[in-house]
Amino acid sequence: MKTLECNLLILGAGPGGYVAAIRAGQLGLDTIIVDGQAPGGTCLNVGCIPSKALIHAADEFEKATHNVGGNILGIKAGKPSLDLGKTIKWKDGIVDRLNKGVAGLLKKNKVKLLVGWGTMTDGKTCVVETKDGPVKVTAKNVILATGSEPVEIPSLPFGDKVICSTEALSLETVPKKLVVIGGGYIGLELGTAYAKMGADVTVVEALDTILSLYDAELTKPVTLSLKKLGVTILLGTKAKGLSQAGEGLVVEMPDGSEQTLAADKILVTVGRRAKTEGFGLEGLDLTMAGRFVAIGDRCQTSMTGVYAIGDLTGEPMLAHRAMAQGEMVAEIIAGENRTFDKVCIPAVCFTDPEIVTAGLSPDEAAALGYETKIGIFPFAANGRAMTMEAEQGFVRVVAREDNHLVLGIQAVGKGVSELSATFALALEMGACLEDIAGTVHAHPTQSEGFQEAALKALGHALHI
Amino acid sequence: MGIHKIQMPDVGEGITEAEIVEWNVKPGDVVKEDDVLAAVMTDKATVEIPCPTDGTVVEIKGEIGEMTAVGSVIIALEVEGDGNEAEIAAAEAKHATADTPPAKVEAAPATKLDPKAKAAMAPPKAAEALKPKGVPQNAPMGVPRAVGEKPLASPAVRKRAMDAGIKLAYVHGTGPAGRISHDDLDAYISGASVPVGVSRVTPNLRVDEIKVIGLRRKIAQRMQDAKQRIPHITYVEEVDVTELEKLREHLNANRKEHQPKLTILPFIMKAMVLALKDHPKLSSHYDDSADVLYQYGAAHIGMAAQTPGGLMVPVIRHAETLDVHGLALEAKRLADAARSGDITRDELTGSTITLSSLGRMGGVVSTPVINSPEVAIVGVNKVAVRPVWQDGAFIPRKIMNLSSSFDHRIVDGWDAAEFIQRIRSLLENPATLFMEG
Repeated sequence: MKTLECNLLILGAGPGGYVAAIRAGQLGLDTIIVDGQAPGGTCLNVGCIPSKALIHAADEFEKATHNVGGNILGIKAGKPSLDLGKTIKWKDGIVDRLNKGVAGLLKKNKVKLLVGWGTMTDGKTCVVETKDGPVKVTAKNVILATGSEPVEIPSLPFGDKVICSTEALSLETVPKKLVVIGGGYIGLELGTAYAKMGADVTVVEALDTILSLYDAELTKPVTLSLKKLGVTILLGTKAKGLSQAGEGLVVEMPDGSEQTLAADKILVTVGRRAKTEGFGLEGLDLTMAGRFVAIGDRCQTSMTGVYAIGDLTGEPMLAHRAMAQGEMVAEIIAGENRTFDKVCIPAVCFTDPEIVTAGLSPDEAAALGYETKIGIFPFAANGRAMTMEAEQGFVRVVAREDNHLVLGIQAVGKGVSELSATFALALEMGACLEDIAGTVHAHPTQSEGFQEAALKALGHALHI
Repeated sequence: MGIHKIQMPDVGEGITEAEIVEWNVKPGDVVKEDDVLAAVMTDKATVEIPCPTDGTVVEIKGEIGEMTAVGSVIIALEVEGDGNEAEIAAAEAKHATADTPPAKVEAAPATKLDPKAKAAMAPPKAAEALKPKGVPQNAPMGVPRAVGEKPLASPAVRKRAMDAGIKLAYVHGTGPAGRISHDDLDAYISGASVPVGVSRVTPNLRVDEIKVIGLRRKIAQRMQDAKQRIPHITYVEEVDVTELEKLREHLNANRKEHQPKLTILPFIMKAMVLALKDHPKLSSHYDDSADVLYQYGAAHIGMAAQTPGGLMVPVIRHAETLDVHGLALEAKRLADAARSGDITRDELTGSTITLSSLGRMGGVVSTPVINSPEVAIVGVNKVAVRPVWQDGAFIPRKIMNLSSSFDHRIVDGWDAAEFIQRIRSLLENPATLFMEG
């Protein structure tokens, strides 16, 4: 067997792994990164990027639909049509470009990319099944970055009709009837996109609310918008399995009765689980934290020289968290003194309208015992929002009552995902309400809502 | 020639008046610019008043030790030219009409701190030398963080701290909400900022404003008055109460139904009554405004009692007429009345000597405050078993201290000692308590 030696071995070339590899390369560490698929992981191949491409295409199609028969803006156009196959090809093109981009960055930083399934045989050794045969890699340091995968419902195994998010990003045609199981952000992002592309979408959620990670105030505009799009939301409803004839999904309604929902496709988005199996991780002496690999504030595992980053280490399962962890671990291995000391990991939900959260929600702040000042500014009072037909939603700032330190910022509205940058920056810099209120925000932009929310919390909002 | 007036300078910190502690000049002296004219003292520092201009002193106002308002004229100089008389008059007129604070004299910025005060206020030299340029003069301290609260700092500051191996938890943040800035980190690295306390417990900054009213105010006034006017002499003696305690236990064990349980206090009162016969001067009222001492034949013993509202001193009248059980009954009745609030004014006045006891909380020594206008107070400390050297061996004895204060204007130390020694003798030989004369 061919044997390679290196300072750093990274198992998994997702956003966590490849960022760690790039940074390690920059720092002069002799690095090998292993992945069975094209570099970029779930995020780039079957997650963040392709889903956003699909959402964009759906938005464009919906806009065109709005022009049919004339609209309030005075635009009138004919009925649009959608060739989803072509859309998917376009999306694949973007993914391909990014794959190549990541590979290029790895190469530029002298990181060796080993394509093939890697299995850890001990804490320092990995055997990679490359197409040219197995390669044994031994390393002084190891970063585990194997990621996560969609959770399957035992009674609804993935198959022709029952699909996970990965397949939903590569459908050839828009299903007439799409049932989405799970009202979390992944299900709603894709459900919304398909509804915009003309599918008749039903969301089945076992809990009493969609987007249960967010508070009702934030999810209300999303619920309203879903209804407007004609999406049916069944709350407190449990998916039981495929109907006898296989034409639809049997669900148990809140009253206990069973009902069959006709479906061309059933998209299961009931969560993701860490990929801890199949990489030989079971044979290592890793302490687990539930279904995740337990890590400390330096992403160190229970084994010396073995680090774990990204979805493998638990919530929030977000690419940018994995990237920040990866960067940090590479620096630690290069001998720098680092801990994961981030104030917040912002999260974006690309529904329509979008939701962005950074730091503590009002409830979370209260649960931690903070006396808070909360300022909410609705986009209905924002000029730029009006000019974009984007009046739904608001910006909300949560600050400490005593010293006005901003604890959390949330927003819901069209395009607010881009506000995540300023929200996170404010939190990382330790901004107080006065800092945000005292910063000139360009007019007319939606970002003015941020300043106004801070002013509101201080008791002197100007435009409300 | 004009008149240049010099005002009491505004020495800052909200101080409105200062005491003149030294005059370096007198009228007629010829002075030069920067000569020291006077020194004034606030409760913070002594400040020298330099001469702002050449001239001749024509007038000085204010005696040494006099509190003088900031802004009032203390020196007048005859100078070349016009002087500043008109300016000050204008400022005063403005002050009178607009109620503005007194205008600062020109001299104020030039005031020099006395070197001693300066030394006390200046940071240590070593720290000064270590301080890099750009660090604020006052070592930033900031507000300590609460336990478990994360230090607040930008990512750049966090990284610098990490690289320098510094835990930000120990660095004071001077920014809003206690944010740690690059400057704060510089100050910490240079040693100019003291690490956040090891205990990391937030100081309790709460201040409650409690009005001192009613009985509390009364107590405050009386204590203030007594301590201010009476030169106290306190005398502490040890009393072996082993025999007395035996007697007390016996009496309690064999008491009749109508008899109260005895504490040690009625015995001490009884001893006081007997001792007062030999030292009648100690049962008296001293009217110091009239220079008269009223010496009483009676022993009206005030008995300090703790009540929910504070200290009260009910009076056992004519203690000389009561036996130990009578004293105990009366003491209990008065104490109960004082605690319940049923006590009358008469029962709280007229004592001629006071007995103060905190029982088991009596401690080892106390310095009782005389219940003015009385001239003596006997304080009882706790009874404790202590080893006593006796006949070539340590033996356990019950020992109690008496800490007593006397008005030294009336009572000499000798008299005080004799009085207490008499009480001690009576208590150590309890049979003598019951033998008249």
